[in-house]
Amino acid sequence: MAHAEQKLAIFRGLLKFKSNVQKIWGVLIFLSIVTTVEVALGIIKPVSLMSMFLGMKILNWIFIILTIVKAYYIAWDFMHIRDEKGSLKGSIVLPLVILIPYLAFILLIEADYIFEVMNTGFVSWNF
Amino acid sequence: MEVAATNPSEETNVWGGGNKPLNASYGKMMMWFFIVSDALTFTGFLVAYGFSRFKNIDSWPIADEVFTHFPFLHGIDAPMYYVALMTFILIFSSVTMVMAVDAGHHMNKAKVTFYMLLTIIGGAIFVGSQAWEWKNFIKGEYGALETRGGQILQFVDGDTGKRVALEAFAASIATDRSTHESSNGIWFVGESSLPSYSLDEVKAGFTANENLVIRGEKLNAKGQKIVLSREESLVKINDAVDVVEGANLIHNEYGNRLFADFFFFITGFHGFHVLSGVVINIIIFFNVIRGTYEERGHYEMVEKVGLYWHFVDLVWVFVFTFFYLV
Repeated sequence: MAHAEQKLAIFRGLLKFKSNVQKIWGVLIFLSIVTTVEVALGIIKPVSLMSMFLGMKILNWIFIILTIVKAYYIAWDFMHIRDEKGSLKGSIVLPLVILIPYLAFILLIEADYIFEVMNTGFVSWNF
Repeated sequence: MEVAATNPSEETNVWGGGNKPLNASYGKMMMWFFIVSDALTFTGFLVAYGFSRFKNIDSWPIADEVFTHFPFLHGIDAPMYYVALMTFILIFSSVTMVMAVDAGHHMNKAKVTFYMLLTIIGGAIFVGSQAWEWKNFIKGEYGALETRGGQILQFVDGDTGKRVALEAFAASIATDRSTHESSNGIWFVGESSLPSYSLDEVKAGFTANENLVIRGEKLNAKGQKIVLSREESLVKINDAVDVVEGANLIHNEYGNRLFADFFFFITGFHGFHVLSGVVINIIIFFNVIRGTYEERGHYEMVEKVGLYWHFVDLVWVFVFTFFYLV
């Protein structure tokens, strides 16, 4: 398999690696840092990040964003999406990017509504 | 044969046939199809978890209090350290997998073998850790009471605010009640083992220990569980109908039963993916040793199982966030 040339830069070309192996270690270090930050935040739980934003704590938003960042680098560099043709990239990523937020959105809104209904006392949860 | 096949302008046309518009082999394409559909399956599960959580947003268990164990550190409160370790193990086994794929591109059999082996070991350690995590979760730590409506009442030392285990205060009352076995009486009716303490023992012990109070499921504005006063607790304990130790699909001493259900279902489904990934990796590992891919002229098979393996890692990143962090 004469493999197509691999793109060796991450962070929009900010960080360039000499070989594919080096890039993999670079991505590993980056993912480890992100995970460490997540765990540290999860243990410390800074009070300043506890305020609410769009129905969730800011801390939780940070966790979710960092998770998506990690997912991006796993898909792009470990699963080699970065080296695939644009059409393949799109047919893999677009369905997920469209359907997942959609499903999450409708179900979470519904759940919040049910919570409100229960909360205003139509059903007693605690008997 | 005549014009079409030899005409260069026809060949550059993507839909003219004879070239690959996506530049991916059949096997790789199918693996991607599977991954996309499996990703949506996991989405369904995680979103259902989110649904139940938002529905019970004011009483959901706090993950930090549930997963507090670390191997060889008995009795030390170590929230999340172990899952963080598991995450690192899985990410690292993902890295060794990419290394194997990279070595495959260079047709380096020895290196592919070595990295595949490391990947398999990493996966096996992860599955083992998962099993250990399950064991702790099923066994439980403190024990609790359950009301008729399925609410969990936990016990807290009123002075220190620390959780108290049932065994620390339950009275000992002689009773005739013993585990019903199918050998006694009606043969088709049996029951799993009784809790270590009966409801009456827990109630008597609670009344005798003045410093104990009850902690319910409800969260206050700061996201901490609300602790009742001693007087409220003495009233509340009469609602209890059952003693719960540990967690299973029906009872859950940590709080809402759905939490345990989703925990078993989602981490179980993910663990099953890891397990099958390890099995597939082992098969490919032996194929590599036998020289199958050397003969075939390329190591694309390693790349395909690699895709699956990274996907499993990718899913874990999300499970980790939504079960342990958020």
